[in-house]
Amino acid sequence: MSRHRHLIGWVQAAPLAAILLAFLVAPIVMIVIVSFWGATEFSIYPAFKFDNYEFLFGSSVTYRVFGATLKYALITWALTLVIGFTVAYFLAFHVRSLTMQIALFLVCTIPFWTSNIIRMISWIPFLGRNGIANQTLISWGVIDEPLDWLLYSDFSVILAFVHLYTLFMVVPIFNTMMRIDKSLLEAARDAGASGVQTLVHVIIPLTKPGIMIGTIFVVTLVMGDFITVRFMSGSQRANVGRLISNDIALLQYPSAAATAVVLLCTVLIVIAILLRFVNIRKEL
Amino acid sequence: MRTGYDLELVHVTKRYGDTVAVRDLNHVFAPGSYVCLLGPSGCGKSSTLRMIAGHEEVSDGAILLEGHDISSLPPARRGTAMMFQNYALFPHLSVRDNVAFSLRMKGVDTAARHARANDLLSLVDMTHLADRLPAQLSGGQQQRVALARALVTDPKVLLLDEPLSALDPFLRIRMRSELKKLQRDLGITFIHVTHGQDEALALADEIVVMNDAVIEQAGPAREVWATPRTEFVARFIGGHNVIALPEGKATVRADAVLLGDSGLPATITAVEYQGASVAVTTRTETGDDVLALLPEEAFFAAPKSPGDAVRLQWDDRRLHRLEA
Repeated sequence: MSRHRHLIGWVQAAPLAAILLAFLVAPIVMIVIVSFWGATEFSIYPAFKFDNYEFLFGSSVTYRVFGATLKYALITWALTLVIGFTVAYFLAFHVRSLTMQIALFLVCTIPFWTSNIIRMISWIPFLGRNGIANQTLISWGVIDEPLDWLLYSDFSVILAFVHLYTLFMVVPIFNTMMRIDKSLLEAARDAGASGVQTLVHVIIPLTKPGIMIGTIFVVTLVMGDFITVRFMSGSQRANVGRLISNDIALLQYPSAAATAVVLLCTVLIVIAILLRFVNIRKEL
Repeated sequence: MRTGYDLELVHVTKRYGDTVAVRDLNHVFAPGSYVCLLGPSGCGKSSTLRMIAGHEEVSDGAILLEGHDISSLPPARRGTAMMFQNYALFPHLSVRDNVAFSLRMKGVDTAARHARANDLLSLVDMTHLADRLPAQLSGGQQQRVALARALVTDPKVLLLDEPLSALDPFLRIRMRSELKKLQRDLGITFIHVTHGQDEALALADEIVVMNDAVIEQAGPAREVWATPRTEFVARFIGGHNVIALPEGKATVRADAVLLGDSGLPATITAVEYQGASVAVTTRTETGDDVLALLPEEAFFAAPKSPGDAVRLQWDDRRLHRLEA
């Protein structure tokens, strides 16, 4: 009987395991293997050498680009956290009726009814040198000359990131907040806690797992992105994703694979560090 | 009777939109007494408690404590403390930090607030578990922590919202004797909301029976039980039979009803052995259910079974007229 159950367990786990093996583990193994291959201007050949990594770690460009990627991730994380937390807080604690909560939550998802690219590109006519933002500011007399840094700059890149990814922060934080027993807030008030004290001593500690899940979403999305940076910076800024995509465009697959492996490790290290702070297991 | 140091409700009313949860309540709670607000769910007892605590706004009227109107003060400045129904312990804080929470909010330094928290934890006999998290405690232990947390602010009035309802029956009886002892030792007023009449009778110096947003009857536990004012109170507090007489309704205590040779004819519908006594439920010809609580010996001297025809007797002096 116990042998039988053993077998059933394996069989039940098999489909998902097979999918993960075929579509997650196998490609990663492939990338790791290719990252050790060699390449010439016109060909790539199987080998086991560290040339790609040597070149990667020997180049100052790598460090600058990884630095820029981490900078985007950090700034985007900070902004999405503040906005996401505020939105989730409003939805969870200020909106009283469940119907209204669901309605407003759906409103938050409306931007996701169009594709990423469309949402990104629609910023361009708004932020451009003769775009709506500049024209409006000039007509109001706030500025005399159009602002150049609105588009094709770090500003526009981060703006697009925040726009695209804030919802990934809102959802897990809102989810955690909805599980907070409302009587805890009353208990805090009964104990003389002000609104800010309740926020700091009760709500934020209890929302940490949601914050952490949102953080993982945003950090991994931003660090793996290349299209947003390319469009919103007008190809004037770089991040690791663009490094990889350029290599691929030049058919330098081994070099691209090596960069991808280093990026993957960086992201995993970041997540490992985050998980040391908060136990998200009880959320899952 | 009035000392000036008591909690008073003056024309207190609570409305939610068009529905009235509490209608024009006037009551004086004597200081240092154990008061039970008793009533069925939805009768307004919890709203009343939450208004006293400051977690619900008073729509009309005032709440006075020691002669001061506290109805517009925030909960922490009223001199009241509340113990919540599900205890509402902060899951991320240790037992000690839970108890010390209000002191932390006031900015008391760590050493002082931990010392005070330890004092209260020893009062409720929880010192040995001070470093645990609430999730690692049993229901009874959580309740003691909640009690310590409520008492840490030295309240003049402790408000308990169905404090025993989450416990199993055995623990409930133990905790209620502890609550009573604590109240006697501290000498402060406890206001305890419950829908269990046995709990109210066991604990209360004074019982306030509520129904349909108003107080039906208030008084010492014995008085409320022995002389219910209305049919609702008589039925809710239990142990009474309501009998329709030509002059109006009256009650007769279940233990005053005897089975005899003459009197009101009835048929037994159920017999329940309860140890010291036997509860015999009968139905009269007019369709009223009458409960007779017979001493065990008396019943088994002449045992009866469901379906038997009997006659119900009682001493007319034990009839109690109802006002409504």
